[in-house]
Amino acid sequence: MSDPLVTLVFYGIAAVTIVAAIGVVSLRNIYRAALCLVLTFLGVAGVYILLNADFVAVMQVLIYAGAVTTMLLFAIMLTRSPGSPRSNAANRQSGLALFAVLVLVVLLVLALGTAVWPQTAPVAAQSSVDVLAKQLFTTYALPFEIASVLLLAAMVGAIILARED
Amino acid sequence: MGQEFYLTGYFYAAVFLAVGAVVVLGGLIASLLLAPRGHKTREKLRAYESGEEPVGTAWVQFPVRFYIFALLFVVFDVEAIFLFAWATRFGQLGVVGLVEMAIFILVLVAGLVYAWRKGVLKWT
Repeated sequence: MSDPLVTLVFYGIAAVTIVAAIGVVSLRNIYRAALCLVLTFLGVAGVYILLNADFVAVMQVLIYAGAVTTMLLFAIMLTRSPGSPRSNAANRQSGLALFAVLVLVVLLVLALGTAVWPQTAPVAAQSSVDVLAKQLFTTYALPFEIASVLLLAAMVGAIILARED
Repeated sequence: MGQEFYLTGYFYAAVFLAVGAVVVLGGLIASLLLAPRGHKTREKLRAYESGEEPVGTAWVQFPVRFYIFALLFVVFDVEAIFLFAWATRFGQLGVVGLVEMAIFILVLVAGLVYAWRKGVLKWT
C-alpha cells in the first residue's frame, strides 16, 4: 500500500463507496436506494482487490452485487406499492442511531488501537483462491457442509411461503 | 514484483470501467445537447410500449411465485462460487474434496427435487 497511486485509488474507491452508502439511507425511493446498494457492494469489492483478496472480491460481486441485490429488487417488486416516492420511509430514531454509531466508533478505535499489526508484508506466493480453497475443504469442511443445509432450508422455506394453495 | 503484476491486471479492469462510464454518460449528454427541447406533452412523457397503449403504471405488485425463482437463483449462485473454489484446487484436494463437494451438491439437489415434486418449477 506504499505506492502513492494505490493510495489514491483507495481513496477514490472509498469516496464512491461512502457516497453510495449515504445514498442507500437517504434516498426516499427504495428502488434507487437498492441501486445505490449495488454501487456500495462494488466499492467494497474494489477495496478487497486492493487488499490482494481477489477471490473474495469475485464473491462480493457475484453474490452481493449480483444475487443479493436481485433478491432485494424482487422483494421490492413483491410488496404492495413499490413505486411510491416515499417508499424508503424515514423515522424519528436519528438520536438512537447516532448513539449506536458512536458506540461502534469507540469500539472500533479501541480494537484497532490495541491490535498488533504485522510489520512485514505477507509473501503472496499463492493466489488467494488457492489458500482459500485449501482452508475451506480441509480446516473448514464442516462449516462448508453446514452451509449447504442452510441453503436447503432457505429453498424449502421459500417453496412453503410462496406456494399458492 | 508479484504485487505490481497483480494490480496491473486490475488497471485494465479500471480502463474498461472508465470506457463503460464514458459510453453511458456520453449517450446521455449527447441526447441532452442534441435532442430538440419542445414542450412536454402528456403523450411525450408516456412510457413507450412498442406502439401499444400502456395500461396502468409500471409499479405493480408482482405475484409471489417469482420469489421462488429469485431464491433458487441465489442458492445456485452461491453453489457456483463454491464450485469455482473447489475446481481451482481439484487436483490437490483429490478424493476427499470430491466426496465433500458431492455431499454439498446432493443436499442442494434434495432441495431442487423437493421443488420439482411440489410442482413449483412449473409455470401455470
